[in-house]
Amino acid sequence: MIAAGNPDVKTARRPREGGRRFPLHWVGALPFLIYVALFLLLPTAIVVVGAFVGKAGPSLSNITDLNQQFVLNAFVSSLLISTASAVVGAVTGALLAYAVATGNPRGVLRRVVSSACGVLAQFGGVTLAFAFIATIGSVGFIRLWLQERGLDIYANGVWLTELPGLVLVYTYFQIPLMVLVFLPALDGIRPQWREATESLGGGTWHYWRYVAGPLLAPAFLGATLLLFANAFSAYATAAALISQGNPIVPIAISNFLTSETGRNNPGLAQALALGMVVIVAIVMTLYALLQRRTSRWLR
Amino acid sequence: MTRARRLRLRVFRVIVLVLGGAFFLVPIGAMFEFSTRGNRVGAPRTLEAWTTIVTYPDLLGAIRDSLGLATITSVGMLVLLLPTMIWVRLRLPRLKRTIEFLCLLPLTIPAIVLVVGLSPVYRWMAINLVDTIFLLSFAYLILVLPFAYRALDAGLSAIDVKTLSEAARSLGAGWGTVMFRVIAPNMASALLNACLLSVALVLGEFTFANLLSYLNLQVEIFQLGLANAGTSIAVSVASLMFAFILLVILSFFGRPRKRVAPERTGLPYPIAAAGPR
Repeated sequence: MIAAGNPDVKTARRPREGGRRFPLHWVGALPFLIYVALFLLLPTAIVVVGAFVGKAGPSLSNITDLNQQFVLNAFVSSLLISTASAVVGAVTGALLAYAVATGNPRGVLRRVVSSACGVLAQFGGVTLAFAFIATIGSVGFIRLWLQERGLDIYANGVWLTELPGLVLVYTYFQIPLMVLVFLPALDGIRPQWREATESLGGGTWHYWRYVAGPLLAPAFLGATLLLFANAFSAYATAAALISQGNPIVPIAISNFLTSETGRNNPGLAQALALGMVVIVAIVMTLYALLQRRTSRWLR
Repeated sequence: MTRARRLRLRVFRVIVLVLGGAFFLVPIGAMFEFSTRGNRVGAPRTLEAWTTIVTYPDLLGAIRDSLGLATITSVGMLVLLLPTMIWVRLRLPRLKRTIEFLCLLPLTIPAIVLVVGLSPVYRWMAINLVDTIFLLSFAYLILVLPFAYRALDAGLSAIDVKTLSEAARSLGAGWGTVMFRVIAPNMASALLNACLLSVALVLGEFTFANLLSYLNLQVEIFQLGLANAGTSIAVSVASLMFAFILLVILSFFGRPRKRVAPERTGLPYPIAAAGPR
C-alpha cells in the first residue's frame, strides 16, 4: 500500500474544546462547493440579477417589458397546456395506478408497470416528439390507418404541432410520473377501512366519498401540482414539435436567447426565466405543504 | 368482497391496463414502422433508413461526441461527488443538509432557466478557454447531480462508512486508499446506478446543447429530421432503445432496497420528475 508509510497525516484529531481554530477539514468540501457555485448558483444569480439590469445600470425595464401582449400570451399558453396535461395525466395516471394497486403487490404486473413507468417518465425531448410524428403526424401510422377508413383527424388542420398536440405528447411522460408518485399513496389505503365502512352500512359510494376520497385528495392534488411543474419546465419536446407562432414561455425564452432570430434580447430572456422560476417556486411550495398533509394519514 | 364487485374490478383493471399499454406501446411501434418504410407508396419494407445512418458523417460525429460527453460527465460526477459525500459523512456531518439541498436544487430550476444563466458563462469560456462541445460536460454534471446524489446516497447508507474508514485508517491507509480502495468497492452497484443514470440523461439531452449551439446527438437527430425523416427516426429508435436498456437494467437490478422518503431530503421532489425534456 502506498499510503501505509505515513499514518500520522490526519489521524482522528481529538476535538479541541474551546479552541476556535479555523477548521481545516472544511477544505475537503471546497471543490464541490466551488463547482456548484460556478455552474449552478452563478447562473441562477445571473438570471435573477440580470432581470433587474437594463442597458444602463439597474432598472425595471426588463420586468415592465413583460407586460406585452405576446409575452402574456406565452404565459397563458404555458399555463394552459401545463394545467391541461397535468389534469389529464393525473386522472389517467391515478386510474392506472389504481388498476395496479388492486393487484398482487409482489406480482409480475406491478414490477413491470413500475419499471416501465420509471423508464417512460424519463422519456422526452426530440425522440418523444418524433415518436408522435411517426404515430399521428400527417403521414403517421395511425393517421394513415384512420384515413383509409374515412376518418380524418386533421380535418381542421394539423393540431399535433399546435398546443393541443403538445398536451397529448406531454401526457406520455405525465401519466407514468403520476403512477410513480401516486402508487405509494394508494398503498397507504388499508382494506380494513373499506370493511369498516361496510360494517357501518356504507356502500361503494360512501367509501369513496367519505373515506378514501378525502384521504387521497391531498396526495392527488400534490401529484397534480408536481405534474404541472413538470410540464411547465419542459422545453425540448415543445421545441422539436411545435410550429411557429403562439409559442410557450420556454420557446419564447429561447427565441430571445439565440441571436439567429434577430430579436436577441438577453435581458428579456432573463426576466421571462425569472417569471418561470417564480411560478415553479409557488407550485412547489404548495406541493410541499400538501405532501406534509398527505403523510399524516398515508404511509 | 362480493362477487359482483370483484368482477367489476377485474373488468376495470383489464380495460385500463390494455388501453394504457396501447397508448405507451403504439408510438414506439410506430417509430419502427416509420423507419422501415420504402420511399414510394406501396414500396416493400426496407432497412434503408437504418443502413444510411453510416453515410452521415455529422451524425456519426455527434454520436461519438455524445458518448464522449456521457463518459466525461460520469467520470467527473464520480470524481467530484463521491469523495465529497464520503468526506461529509465522516468529517462534516453538519454540511450534509446543505450538500443534499444543492444536489437536488437542479430538479426545481427548469433547464431552460439554467441555460439562460449559463449562456454568458459559456460565452466567456468559449472565448477565454477553449471552444469545444465537451465544455457541455460542466453543465451536464449539474443536470445529473440529483440522480447521482440519490444513487450514491443510497449506496453509502447501506454500508457502515465510519467503521470501514476507521478500520482502514487504523491500519495506516491514507484518505485516498480509504475512498477508492475501501469504500468505493463496497458500493459498486450504487456507482453503477449513478453512472447509468448519468449516461442515459446525457445521451437524451437537447436543451443545453441546442441553445448553447453545440451539435450533440439529439440536436443532430433534430436537424436530420428536417432533411431525412426516416433516418432520423431510425437513429431516434436506436438511441431510445439504448437508453431504455440502460434504465431497465437499473430498475430491475439496481434498485436500492430502501426508498429514501421524500421528507428526508431538502426538497420534496421525487427523482423521476426530471428527464431530458
